[in-house]
Amino acid sequence: MAPVLEVQNLTTHYETLRGWVRAVDDVSFSVEKGEALGIAGESGSGKSTVALSLLRILPRGGRIRKGRILFEGTDLASLSNEEMRKIRWKGISIVFQGAMNAFNPVFKVGDQIIEAIQIHEPKTDKKAALDRARNLLELVGVEPDRVDNYPHEFSGGMRQRALIAMALAANPKLLIADEPGTALDVIVQAQTLKLMRELKDRLGLSMVMISHDLSIIAETCEKVAIMYAGRIVEYGDAEGIFKEPLHPYTQGLVKAFPSIKGERIRLTSIPGSPPDLLDPPSGCRFNPRCPFVMDVCHKVVPPLAPPGKGTHLVACHLYGEGRK
Amino acid sequence: MSEEHVLEVEKLKKHFPLKKGFLSSFTREEITVKAVDGVSFVVKKGEILGLAGESGSGKTTTGRLLLRLVEPTEGSVFFNGMDFSRFSDSEANFLRGKTEPNGIDITKLNDSEMKPLRRDMQIIFQDPFESLDPRMTIKEIIAEPLRVQKVAKNEDELEERVKAIMRDVEVVPPEEFMHRYPHELSGGQRQRVAVARAFVLDPKFVVADEPVSMLDVSIRAEILNLMVDLVKKRGASVVFITHDLAVTKHVCDRVIIMYLGKMMEMASSTNLIDLPLHPYTKALIAAVPVPDPSYRRTEVISGEIPSPVNPPPGCRFNTRCPYAHDRCIREEPPLVEVEKDHFVACHLYS
Repeated sequence: MAPVLEVQNLTTHYETLRGWVRAVDDVSFSVEKGEALGIAGESGSGKSTVALSLLRILPRGGRIRKGRILFEGTDLASLSNEEMRKIRWKGISIVFQGAMNAFNPVFKVGDQIIEAIQIHEPKTDKKAALDRARNLLELVGVEPDRVDNYPHEFSGGMRQRALIAMALAANPKLLIADEPGTALDVIVQAQTLKLMRELKDRLGLSMVMISHDLSIIAETCEKVAIMYAGRIVEYGDAEGIFKEPLHPYTQGLVKAFPSIKGERIRLTSIPGSPPDLLDPPSGCRFNPRCPFVMDVCHKVVPPLAPPGKGTHLVACHLYGEGRK
Repeated sequence: MSEEHVLEVEKLKKHFPLKKGFLSSFTREEITVKAVDGVSFVVKKGEILGLAGESGSGKTTTGRLLLRLVEPTEGSVFFNGMDFSRFSDSEANFLRGKTEPNGIDITKLNDSEMKPLRRDMQIIFQDPFESLDPRMTIKEIIAEPLRVQKVAKNEDELEERVKAIMRDVEVVPPEEFMHRYPHELSGGQRQRVAVARAFVLDPKFVVADEPVSMLDVSIRAEILNLMVDLVKKRGASVVFITHDLAVTKHVCDRVIIMYLGKMMEMASSTNLIDLPLHPYTKALIAAVPVPDPSYRRTEVISGEIPSPVNPPPGCRFNTRCPYAHDRCIREEPPLVEVEKDHFVACHLYS
């Protein structure tokens, strides 16, 4: 079966007075039906720009300069704005980070969900839309009568749930979640992640989960893309990547996450900081911080390819041998 | 107070008054947010004590109370870490006069009396983008505590001390970075500068309020290790405020778990994480995501932290506790030592 989403060579840059910021460069991945893909990376890695590119809601100056975004066979990058509007919410919807501020404070939560339903399905009357809103709240574990409440009457966790309900208002095929639950406390975050897993299984949703937190991705996604400085450096099934990370950046990142299980250790980090994307290093963008850097790393961009062992893809010259 | 304690906190409370609404202005009842509601603990010399909990647990307010950045409603904070040799004769005489067997109760001092003590009591704030003055150079930022406390004899000595601490926090070479402004530095470098500012006076006690939560994961460990090394090297004590339990295990010597202004559990960090006793601590630990796709999480407790304006009667956790019984609603459990150095406030253990 064809994947729900197939992104090919996506290149999104931001135009600034000082030149193009190369936020996303030549990124390819796919999401099957009912599958969750996690995109992990630090701030500035381009993970949020990927999410915004998929929906074509880039901020001013942002432009998709190359590549295709195939959603159920249609290339979103070439659609007109009017056609794109029909994809948003019905085809692909997004749960933004910052559950606390995503609702309009002066309208009832129910009315905001109804608005979303009626904009995307104008034929739905008010009564039917209200029923849908109540069902949606129930689906995410919020008392249906809370449709009449204002956002400030909701706790943080309930707002996060209602936000997910709203994203599901027009029965999307693909749900993008940008840092779900990061602003919430750990228990509420765990509740939110549990809800998202349940929804995915019950509704057969495909998901793209954006997070800086590898643990969150490990818990919710079958497939993972690790991004660094605008490129995917490692890509494949979650099990493989977490059990045997191959890229030096992924290895460093996995070690930088203190685990609550296991022995007390001295934490390790990756020396240096991510590069300036106005003028990224040539060759592999991780080369200034890489402990295994070689001559070739400064000259040639390593392709994302099978490393000869393991089940996933890696973009690193260390695994050049054994490649076709 | 034993010589081993830098700080002794006794029954400390902070209630913030709420603005009255129209209707409540008819009643006499005062409405307050009980941010910190009776906590007692000690900070030992040279240790890193973690203060962990969800937002609204009172951990940040506690941290500020320890330095008297907010005025306590009740209770005492005895400080015993000062180095008298660094004070002028008049300051030293004054402080000696104020010293009780437990140390100096800083809640009884006025602002100008507090000032000499601030040489030994410092803070690192959460957000290095907000906590550094954008119009000051790095040198001026780090030198400011030295100037305020008038500890450097002349400009040369001042500059030497700034350079030395910059080398310690690895913002190097100092000659190059000294004259830059905060916006020219990365987030990690800024937080190093904030650490340098806190440690430049060689304080005996530092509160670190979520010092790495604004930073990227790959650089957090560096800043934490730097802090741990500085603490050990200079013999300071730290209260480390965090919501990240995984970090406490690797960084702290002991940890206190707070919930709605109360202490729920206190133990060595390894005991607390590996053998937690309080149902709340267990729930918190169970909720921490684990970077292993084959790990399947057990049940997550439901509900959220209640409002600190009207905390539940009895044990504050009873509304969410899977083991709550009658007694938990009627009676507040005291914090008792159930094993050596392992304290818990729960009726299951008393």
